[in-house]
Amino acid sequence: MSLSRRNFLKNSAAASAAAAIGMSVPAELKANADTAESGWRWDKAACRFCGTGCGIMMATKNGKIVAVKGDPAAPVNRGLNCIKGYFNAKIMYGADRLTKPLLRMNDKGEFDKHGKFGEITWQRAFDEMEKHIRKALKESGPEGVAVFASGQYTIMEGYAAQKMMKGGFRSNAIDPNARHCMASAVVGFYQTFGIDEPSGCYDDIELTDTVVSWGSNMAEMHPILWSRVTDRKLSDPNRVKVVNISTYRHRTSDLADMEIIFTPNTDLAMWNYIAHEIVYNHPEAIDWDFLKKNIIFAASPVNMGYGLRRAGEKSLTPVRKDGSAGNYTAKEMETINHEMVHKVSAAEAPALEPYGYKEGDNMVNKPAGLKHWEISFDEYKKFLKPYTLDYVAKVAKGDPDESLDSFKKKLQTLADLYIEKGRKVVSFWTMGMNQHTRGTWVNTLSYNIHFMLNKQALPGSGAFSLTGQPSACGTAREVGTFCHRLPADMMVKNPHHRKKTEHGWHIPEGTLNPVGNQHIMKIHRDIEDGLVKFAWVNVCNAYQDSASAKHWIKAARELDNFIVTSDGYPGISAMVSDMVLPSAMIYEKWGAYGNAERRSQHWRQQVLPVGDAMSDTWQWMELSKRFTVKDLWGAYTLRNGKKLPDVREAAHKLGYKDDTTMYEILYANERAKKNYPITLNKFPQKGYDNSDCNGDSRNVIGGDGKVVKGCGFMVHEYLWEEYAAFGRGHGHDLADFVTYHKVRGLKWPVVDGKETPWRFNVKYDPYAAAAVAKSGSKSTHAFYGPLAKALPYGDLHGVKNKKKTSLKDKAKIFARPYMEPPEVPNEEYDTWLCTGRVLEHWHSGTMTMRVPELFRAVPEALCYMNPKTAKEKGLKQGELCWVESRRGRVKAHVETRGRNRPPRGLVFIPWFDEKVFINKVCLDATCPQSKQTDYKKCAVKIYKA
Amino acid sequence: MHKLWSNYRYLFLRRVTQIGILVLYFGANAWGWNILQGNLSSSLILGTIPMSDPYALLQMLAAGAILSTNLLVGVGIVALFYFLIGGRAFCSWVCPINMVTDLAAFCRNLIGMNQLTGVKQPASRKLRYWILVLSLVISAIMGVTAFEFLSPISMLHRGIVFGLGFGWAGALIIFLFDLFVLKNGWCGHICPLGGFYSLLGKFSLIRVHHLEENCTLCMKCKVVCPENHVLHMIGKESLPVLSGECTNCARCIEVCDDKALKFSLKSFIQNKKKGE
Amino acid sequence: MKKLSERREFLLTMARGIGLASIGGLVWSAYLDKAVSAPLLLRPPAALSESDFLATCIKCGLCVEACPYDTLMLAKPGDERPLGTPFFIPRDIPCYMCPDIPCVPVCPTGALDESSVTTHGVLDIGVANMGLAVVDEESCIAFWGIQCDACYRACPILGEAITIEYSKNERTGKHAFLKPVVHADACTGCGLCEHACVTKKPAIFVLPNEIAQGSVDTHYIRGWDTKDENRLEKAQEIKTTTNISKKKAVDSLNSNLEDLY
Repeated sequence: MSLSRRNFLKNSAAASAAAAIGMSVPAELKANADTAESGWRWDKAACRFCGTGCGIMMATKNGKIVAVKGDPAAPVNRGLNCIKGYFNAKIMYGADRLTKPLLRMNDKGEFDKHGKFGEITWQRAFDEMEKHIRKALKESGPEGVAVFASGQYTIMEGYAAQKMMKGGFRSNAIDPNARHCMASAVVGFYQTFGIDEPSGCYDDIELTDTVVSWGSNMAEMHPILWSRVTDRKLSDPNRVKVVNISTYRHRTSDLADMEIIFTPNTDLAMWNYIAHEIVYNHPEAIDWDFLKKNIIFAASPVNMGYGLRRAGEKSLTPVRKDGSAGNYTAKEMETINHEMVHKVSAAEAPALEPYGYKEGDNMVNKPAGLKHWEISFDEYKKFLKPYTLDYVAKVAKGDPDESLDSFKKKLQTLADLYIEKGRKVVSFWTMGMNQHTRGTWVNTLSYNIHFMLNKQALPGSGAFSLTGQPSACGTAREVGTFCHRLPADMMVKNPHHRKKTEHGWHIPEGTLNPVGNQHIMKIHRDIEDGLVKFAWVNVCNAYQDSASAKHWIKAARELDNFIVTSDGYPGISAMVSDMVLPSAMIYEKWGAYGNAERRSQHWRQQVLPVGDAMSDTWQWMELSKRFTVKDLWGAYTLRNGKKLPDVREAAHKLGYKDDTTMYEILYANERAKKNYPITLNKFPQKGYDNSDCNGDSRNVIGGDGKVVKGCGFMVHEYLWEEYAAFGRGHGHDLADFVTYHKVRGLKWPVVDGKETPWRFNVKYDPYAAAAVAKSGSKSTHAFYGPLAKALPYGDLHGVKNKKKTSLKDKAKIFARPYMEPPEVPNEEYDTWLCTGRVLEHWHSGTMTMRVPELFRAVPEALCYMNPKTAKEKGLKQGELCWVESRRGRVKAHVETRGRNRPPRGLVFIPWFDEKVFINKVCLDATCPQSKQTDYKKCAVKIYKA
Repeated sequence: MHKLWSNYRYLFLRRVTQIGILVLYFGANAWGWNILQGNLSSSLILGTIPMSDPYALLQMLAAGAILSTNLLVGVGIVALFYFLIGGRAFCSWVCPINMVTDLAAFCRNLIGMNQLTGVKQPASRKLRYWILVLSLVISAIMGVTAFEFLSPISMLHRGIVFGLGFGWAGALIIFLFDLFVLKNGWCGHICPLGGFYSLLGKFSLIRVHHLEENCTLCMKCKVVCPENHVLHMIGKESLPVLSGECTNCARCIEVCDDKALKFSLKSFIQNKKKGE
Repeated sequence: MKKLSERREFLLTMARGIGLASIGGLVWSAYLDKAVSAPLLLRPPAALSESDFLATCIKCGLCVEACPYDTLMLAKPGDERPLGTPFFIPRDIPCYMCPDIPCVPVCPTGALDESSVTTHGVLDIGVANMGLAVVDEESCIAFWGIQCDACYRACPILGEAITIEYSKNERTGKHAFLKPVVHADACTGCGLCEHACVTKKPAIFVLPNEIAQGSVDTHYIRGWDTKDENRLEKAQEIKTTTNISKKKAVDSLNSNLEDLY
């Protein structure tokens, strides 16, 4: 049964309609009625792992998960799974599951930073948390209380955490590990479209003629999507082309018609080369009608640094004669100094020439924020001038053993594929373009090409950012669990957005903190600077996943602070912490995830948690019971001098008393209790546990020393509906809670019961249709995102006319040059280090390294290396080598064969293995705009261990 | 104390050698030492000097294996040593089974097993030579090194170096056999490797020498000797022990309180005299 | 009792000796026959053919000691493998295919034949032939459509010894099967695939070549593969016998004529 593309379109539209509210319940769910006879029960859920968002069915028997199957009704995977999804049933039952709260204590049972972990009660745990949070608030104000949040939170958990942090503690120091993963894509979306998340959906794969993978090993990281790409390629092998663009050969090259190995960071140059090719050599390919109706050109400052620490920060003082500064060695400062002044290199000089820089110039860097302005097409054309084939091939060729001619031919072919009239093209990317010191830039450059050729937001065409985490979109982005965000693309610094949120949360105006700058690296740095005194790690492994790890671990262990980790298993973060809390894992709680194609998927609690573990939502609610209006809502002065007003009076007007707890305000309020009752006799609650709301048969002793009876109302539905209300009517429409329990996810915006496959496209997106109807532009598209939609005017050098022009419904093409990263190999540190994942393991391996089969398949992280590099360094296959950067070193076994084949001069080491702790070596440089760390490049030396 | 040393000095040295060799082999496998790698079948000293079992080579030859130079050199070194110097010293100074059979002999004496079975032994000491021949014939027929697949010596020392499995069973069988069935049964009657070294070492230089004039005919030497027929000259004639079946274990020297036995180099003349 | 004549005693002694030797020899041979018949056995790289190997291996364990991964073991009593000979179990520890093949040059007897893993005078583990990986398509989850291929990614010579065969998954209509396919000419039998396989009992496993592979007679050469002609080097004179051709032509012509009526 092969579908023609036309049929496919028709079918997928039909499927969308069928997925609408009120549709019949799929057979698999109906089958629940028979469970009593079979002895096990099937229920739908989402896969725990990546951002693909496969649907699965879980079988439970005697209160334990016993099996999993791919959900045949799930549109993403139609019953299939990858090797990780295949093992979902085994991830929660590792022998060393955390089952009791643990605290570092001395012999007398008092907290002792240097003590050993011992078991404590939940009550003691919350006593300690309360004590240390009060201390932190007293010493540092709201900025002293931080949370390492997650793109693996359920949507409701993330929302619960953000309410207590931002509404309760008035702290914006909550930032998810999605910062490490998607932030550059987000800022790219904001700057280009004015609204977050991709315009297309996975159906693009079946509809396209060309898949170009930029810095994404889809074959290993999005295996189910890759199997769809493979199917598309098989359907029409001659027409469909697959291109893999990477800094080293990986398994995505297997299927590819062409593989381009480039020098790290020169993806910027390659995108601009394609643009140069269009503008200078194929102007006829530009769809001027589309551009004029929908697009403007824009520029931004180039001297914005690399997101490293800046001179003057506490841990960088004093500066010593030997070049070292504060906690940083002279070697580390060699790199950090680029943050202040960067010498323009020979490679980047031609690209920076239109900006007035030449080789050897000192570029003085200044924090630039997200500032940008409109420029003319001519100015953009001038900017593109340096990106000739000769120049780009010279800087970008990444394999020293490839001939320049061969590389040039590939670049030419790549440009031709994009430009070819009538050829549909999807550009996919993941961490290669996001984990990048110019991540925001390179994201926006991808849209440039698609816009000029009118190949964006069309079925089968578009630049499509794939997400890494299962709910990076759903929880981190849509809920806004970032330091600078609020739900539904609202921003903490926007007073209207704050007000709207305060109203939605029923908290006094002025409660929310307008300064949201404590992104993950900033939280780590603030801990090192002694400002953040309390940090809580939620559903992530912040001490394994952050670069320059030694600094943060030292700060956590040696300074006067209190670090708490809630987790299922003892990872590096737990080991570094002062207190460890046992968390319920994914299928031990009600939840929802949102995948990379805007699909939100819910599941019910399948089993009771192991031991005394409780969900993160419950933990947040318990903590919120410890703080009252009087405790938290007084006046504070922030470190930048800004004052947070005393809102206690205003709170009284809302009917709160001084001793009203945050629990009563943010969670168990009257609206929640009234509108979202427990209805155990009705779908979807009927027949399912709900430890958070009803307690459970384990009779865990809770934070008040009494048996946990639950909050007594349907908190998950309450959190979902309150959160969803922010987006409805604003292009983020989500369906109601109960509907999601009937369907296999829905792609938002869900308008009139229909999901939206292609956004901004008048044909498919009701918001775009409404915008075009309103403006009368007669365009096929409307890029209706509201952010940064009025810009001043200028040229490449800066703003010339401060008067802002409205860009309603328009998107932007950005002039953004090729630049080198701050740390480039030199004589001493002569090799590029790239990190990433392997198919078999998820993130820091806390779950997958506990699945015996996956552990056996890939028991350790290897140092993938070109055989010639190995020979040069006197290393043999399988031998141990040291990989050392200016920041630290790790030992790994040399692998010159196998899945990853780097060119000479580059090594690849995955980061899942806590025994090969590669983030000790990596550099914490970030994109200065998105604050996302660049894990894909730093300079190392390699020698025999 | 002095008496203790004097009565057991060779025994002590033999145990040190036997166990030391095993420790070195074990260390090579377990900790990567390179003093003595491999095992008694074939080994390397200091990673360079090869040594191989000449009897194994004979079996390989019979089995039709193509022999490598390396192997021939190793065999040459070992064969030359025992041929010229050591005699059948392998059996008492190197072979780990010797410790088992010595223990069996000791126990047999302790429980008075000899009184039960009497002096008359039910088997001939020539049996080992028949088995030696048989092993080569079977090697030729089956195309494998016949004794090496059965040898409790190999099982035990390989077991100690590389992991035992049921390797202890072979040693236990020998112990019980020697204890209850046949005095000095394995080493003195059956083991074809011992037979092989008896033949190879027939002309070696180090010999036990009897001085008849000191002998008080106490016969302690004959009691301890596992191959006591080689001591036929005791109290009769001052002669070196010339039989290849003497293992040079030196127990007879230790137990002799009368200085009637000692090690000496075999002199050509005595050899000649015997020939006369 | 009558005393036997010397001649008769000699003959009887001889007879008894021969009888005892025969009994011993037969028992011994029977034991050996069982001891060496463990065909599902993987030998170190460069091992001679099993029969030559058994004759040549001196069981010294030097190869075992040389292996940096503790892959190789010497068969112990109870392992049910030829006693004292080296072997490995890839599901426990596979051969990691060291480029310098430390286990081979140390072999004192040539039971591990260096020349068989040498290409142009240089050691080349890529030409080793310890066995052949075989996929059980029923239990291999890649054949179910699961995106696994753990074996493929574990293969040190992926793309040669194991390749991925793509085919459409008509059941879902939009996914593809990515199935591992083993190529006998490149597979060394190292067993890294078997070790990595995520099914309970591995769905890909290494068998000794004699067991894993069939073989084609030299009388037919693939016309589309010029290299296939190399098989002709081993070609022998063709002579055939079937039930119908057992008898000489003249004999069969002279017989059974009556059956034709």
